[in-house]
Amino acid sequence: MKPLSENTASRGMSMRTKERLINIMIDVVLTATCLLMILPLVFLVSNAFKTPQEMLAWPPTVIPDDPTVANFKAVLGDTPLLRWIGNSILFSVLSTFCILATSSISGYILGKFRYRAFNVFFAIILATAIVPFEVYMIPLYFQAKALGILNSTWGLLLGYLVMSFGIFLIRQNVIQSIPDELLEAARIDGAGEFWIFWRIVLPLLRGALGALGVLAFFQAWTAFAWPLIVATTRDSYTIEVGLALFQTGFTVDLGRLSAASALVLIPSITLFVLLRRNFVQGVASTGLKE
Amino acid sequence: MQRKRWMFALLAILPTLAIFAYVRIYPIGDTLRLSLHKWDILSKNKPFIGLANFEELTGDPLFREALLNTTIIAFGVLLITIPLALVLAALIYHRTRSRFAGFYETAIFIPHVVSLVPAAMAWKWIFDSRLGPLNALLTTFGFAPKAWLFDPVLSVVCIIVLCSWQALGYAVMIYLVGFKSLPTSLYEAAKLDGASAPQSFWYLSIPLLKPITLYVSVVTLVSGFNVYAQAFVLASDAQGAPGRQVRVLVLDMLENSFRNYRVGYAASEAVVLLAIVLVLTLIQFRLLREKGGR
Repeated sequence: MKPLSENTASRGMSMRTKERLINIMIDVVLTATCLLMILPLVFLVSNAFKTPQEMLAWPPTVIPDDPTVANFKAVLGDTPLLRWIGNSILFSVLSTFCILATSSISGYILGKFRYRAFNVFFAIILATAIVPFEVYMIPLYFQAKALGILNSTWGLLLGYLVMSFGIFLIRQNVIQSIPDELLEAARIDGAGEFWIFWRIVLPLLRGALGALGVLAFFQAWTAFAWPLIVATTRDSYTIEVGLALFQTGFTVDLGRLSAASALVLIPSITLFVLLRRNFVQGVASTGLKE
Repeated sequence: MQRKRWMFALLAILPTLAIFAYVRIYPIGDTLRLSLHKWDILSKNKPFIGLANFEELTGDPLFREALLNTTIIAFGVLLITIPLALVLAALIYHRTRSRFAGFYETAIFIPHVVSLVPAAMAWKWIFDSRLGPLNALLTTFGFAPKAWLFDPVLSVVCIIVLCSWQALGYAVMIYLVGFKSLPTSLYEAAKLDGASAPQSFWYLSIPLLKPITLYVSVVTLVSGFNVYAQAFVLASDAQGAPGRQVRVLVLDMLENSFRNYRVGYAASEAVVLLAIVLVLTLIQFRLLREKGGR
């Protein structure tokens, strides 16, 4: 009996080493893929610090031999880059605020006040959710023009005041995580409807609103087609549009472009890494639509 | 009491509804209406011309080119993204307990979050015909350098690569949610029956994740059909040398509207885009229902 048990023991051992070997191989493959994914961005940031000569070096260096901030100085002198970043921040913050406000109120009402008329509204919201922004942005542009808010933050905001998915997400959350009994109890205690929303509902929605907020912020921050047609003066560009138009200039070299891009990338990547949990939760919830 | 509640609900939802009607429902309706009219921005009257805009579209070579390019891009991105995302998500899920799991998720997801234009700038450098590392790499291996951003076929390939790089993170993230929701007991049973990990991936995960694959595919296709910023940025080579503008649907639409002042015609293109998106969504629902019925 003894040899047999020894035999199984060694087989179990080899199974475990085999499993471990496979895991190491998977780790290697994943690490390589991940590095490949972020490599373009790493090079972009590193190019920003390179001299024109080093830019041409092959193979490209990851850490510049002779780092310089000349590209950053040149770009900040050439363009109102900081102003564009400011425009983008203002637009994104206001858009996030509007989307959170409209989504939380209407999501709560649609989730807890089951009147027949509201179901129609909700169906319309869901139906329009599948229509891409690009389909109706031209008529919306003429509405902004009629309001006289082209080339301003308000014009940008017009396209990003509401988010169908946000209303949907908050409604789901209200239905799942806020019991009717809680609201009824508050009403019996004499609480007003607005007080209930402000003091009971909103705090319970904090997680969902955090996820939605991050989603809304990045949506506005990365918007392109709408800002391109609405904000057409140099002073009103968002950073995305400013950069895209700047790079079509004839005197622009890659060093400066990289410097400008790096200035935009570094804060947004930092923000993402800090808010990663919220973000992943928000994006993951977009997949649960069905 | 009941009346008071109804009043509160109505008053609370009214502002959102008003905004929603103004910035969504009205312009969508306007797109549909304008597509049947001829309007050149300057003139006051917009004569109704029925389906003439759509008839003209069928013979418009620029629109055809845009539609073809956009379709190739959308399906190209789909074919690269979905299989790759499924495999990557499976591997990451397998290594959930590894200390690198957070790094994997973050690194693959970052291209999806960073601003489009700066990220596209990085790829512009890679593809650049004179300064780019891609051509330098080709030359070291003895291949002829290529004009990536000028060649009519290669420039479309460049856009597909850029878009796939960005779409991958989203798809992986959604698949990971899917993997986490799969019943572990099934996998344990399969393991007891002697199934290897690749076998349970092929015979269990892929069929079980079919609804998710369907969802991610439709999202990827729809955003592929809306491609614009990527084409805009990649269209010019370094030092401002004009590259080849890859004509995509949104670009053609904006050009017709703001350069040729043909808003009605542009609206009819928007309606075509809408029709494509609706068909894709309907196919998704139909396939999902089929699966539920069985």
